[in-house]
Amino acid sequence: MSDTRILAADGTPLKKKLAQSMFRTKLRAFGLVCPLLALIISAFVLPILFMLSAAVYDDSYSSLMPESTTAMQEWDGESPITEAMAAAMVSDLIRARENKDIGKVANRVNREYSGATSLFKSTSRSAKKFEPPYLEALLAKDKDWNDKELWQGIKIASNTYTLGYIANAIDMRAKATGGFEPQDELRQIHITLFIRTIEISFIVTVACLLLGYPVAYLMANLPLRTSNLLLILVLMPFWTSLLVRTTAWIAMLQGQGVMNDLFVAFGVANDEDRFSLIYNKTGTLIAMTHIMLPFMIMPLYSVMKTISPAYVRAAKSMGATNWTAFWKVYFPQSVPGIGAGSLLVFILAIGYYITPALVGGQDGQMISNIIDFHMRKSLNWNLAAALGFVLLVFVLFFFWIYDRVVGIDNMKLG
Amino acid sequence: MTFKKSMTMASAAVLSLAVASAASAESLTVVSWGGAYTKSQVEAYHKPWTKKTGASVVSEDYNGGIAEIKAQVEAGNVTWDVVDVELSDAVRACDEGLAEEIDPAILPAAPDGTPAMSDFIEGSVTDCAIPSIVWSTIYAYDSSVMSNGPKTISDFFDTANFPGKRGMRKSPKANLEMALAADGVAPGDIYEVLSTDAGVDRAFAKLDTIKDDVIWWEAGAQPPQLLADGEVVMTTAYNGRIFNAVASEDKPFEIVWDAQVYDLDLFIIPKGSKNKQLALDFIAFSTDTQRLADQASYISYGPARKSSAPLVGSFHSKPSLAMGPQMPTAPDNFKTAIQNDFEWWADNQDEMNERFNAWLAN
Repeated sequence: MSDTRILAADGTPLKKKLAQSMFRTKLRAFGLVCPLLALIISAFVLPILFMLSAAVYDDSYSSLMPESTTAMQEWDGESPITEAMAAAMVSDLIRARENKDIGKVANRVNREYSGATSLFKSTSRSAKKFEPPYLEALLAKDKDWNDKELWQGIKIASNTYTLGYIANAIDMRAKATGGFEPQDELRQIHITLFIRTIEISFIVTVACLLLGYPVAYLMANLPLRTSNLLLILVLMPFWTSLLVRTTAWIAMLQGQGVMNDLFVAFGVANDEDRFSLIYNKTGTLIAMTHIMLPFMIMPLYSVMKTISPAYVRAAKSMGATNWTAFWKVYFPQSVPGIGAGSLLVFILAIGYYITPALVGGQDGQMISNIIDFHMRKSLNWNLAAALGFVLLVFVLFFFWIYDRVVGIDNMKLG
Repeated sequence: MTFKKSMTMASAAVLSLAVASAASAESLTVVSWGGAYTKSQVEAYHKPWTKKTGASVVSEDYNGGIAEIKAQVEAGNVTWDVVDVELSDAVRACDEGLAEEIDPAILPAAPDGTPAMSDFIEGSVTDCAIPSIVWSTIYAYDSSVMSNGPKTISDFFDTANFPGKRGMRKSPKANLEMALAADGVAPGDIYEVLSTDAGVDRAFAKLDTIKDDVIWWEAGAQPPQLLADGEVVMTTAYNGRIFNAVASEDKPFEIVWDAQVYDLDLFIIPKGSKNKQLALDFIAFSTDTQRLADQASYISYGPARKSSAPLVGSFHSKPSLAMGPQMPTAPDNFKTAIQNDFEWWADNQDEMNERFNAWLAN
């Protein structure tokens, strides 16, 4: 077959020559995107990976209490507490006290066993004076050391690599003897919030589609002068600060706000019994729909702009009614815009946080508000990371579903 | 442009940079809770201290908690020099190694010679923190809306006789205590009852009775706003914020002192502050007897030094308004006061926060 090869002018096979020149082009292209790639890796991918690793990695106990960690790892979590475990604990407590690490250790164990903070701190203060047998010394100091649940909590805290936080994120809890069990019913919250987050995101997406589709249609089909005006009206809120828009909704919807005053004036509500439109789920839905609307309208508009009016005219000339022409001819061509807009709105909504925080009250909070709580208030960054991981899995799952149902190639941003 | 000229310009630029950084070395970033409270600190501490030392103070606001301090310390880029924190956060920051230790020897004695350690409220000076004020969580109502207003903590939970929305802080702190007090637990027994599972259930059951009528707030400036807007008929609040709305803005708000939950605010220095010496000087200056008394004439938070009490005068812009009776520590206000137990909260906050969040979401 070699005699049929096509050669370039200098005698090298054309295939090879082509590969060479393609390689140079690719190299240049890579060189051009390199700065952006470096930025994305260093400022986006690495921090996310680093944060996600906190969901399964926690050395706050094992690095500060090494002897006790070894002893706890050997313990099965059920049999009686041994002198060796107590001795390792006392020796670590003394060291942690001297290094001023006792607070970190105590707060870590306290997440598993309420009351550990004061127990560890007070015991470590007198640990230096303890004499063997250490188990009795601990019990003499505080009878809580006799509680097996405390030691089980310590064993869980001593795991450097743990699935405990991810289990927490789905309302489960690690057992000291291995495996998982459901979280105490009164402390279950995350599943509820994940479901609510998806529900709110879904409703917001549908609402945006219903409200945005006619607007985008008008913008794409009206004469340029009118449609430009519409475009500006759509973009104006988009350019306004998110906080300003959310606060404006508070002024509009609150009990003594504009909407309720109007309702009272028109006799829809009476003055004593005004509607609760804000600080609840309704408030979150209204404000989020408004804020997300441009993200739906813009992709729809840019897709509709490319749909030639000739198709609808052709359909009508062949006797289609207005509705049939729209539904059978126009609508299918706008589906890529619907796909793009819906995915954009849904994924933005699922991680939304400022608006629910301000107008959500108690039943309009989303999972991101709990992540924020663990980042800023409780300082349980590991749990925040685990919740973020679960959220990421959800987003990827919906992305996959979307790809299967609509096909990602069908998505068009313009 | 000649070579010489451009060199001159470059060196001038370098010089001005050096001057700028020298100037910023003499500036201290003090972080506090914003609004009327920060204003009182600016007037009573920052301005006199700048006058004395020539160093400037940059004032920043935050919403409490030690997350930002933790982030700064762990990133090795500490930009805050002095932070005003609650007692439980002060203890936690110290435990977790996020705050510099402060030698109480830097604190000046009282004018009559009493050493600082016995002048401050007992046990309030901790390893890393120096207290400045006593503040309190109270509840308040608008007397122009309710002429025959609530009197006791039970009235706050009584939606039959006092219908309407209530504002509460979105946190179990102070709410659990007030709920138990409203359920008839004596102020001294609150934490004993809370230490049992049944006690916690009882507190949440009491909160349940008004859950549907509550608007939750987070920042201290919100409750006076909620009251002023008519969004709530009564709300828990920090007493100074309500006082400020009454004194400076002539709002018709009344404070109910029954079962007030009082706490301390303290100054800490984040670990690794670049201006530690300056920060220490600022803290020593700001917590002396006169400064603490001065601060009390801008907002109704009680000074943390006993020797400051006799020096507390009247409201800075209203000489007729004596500040003494406005303090949480005034005898008439203090009868049923509950002291926030930071140790109990240190032990139980993880569990209580989880349970509170779950209770809220369901």
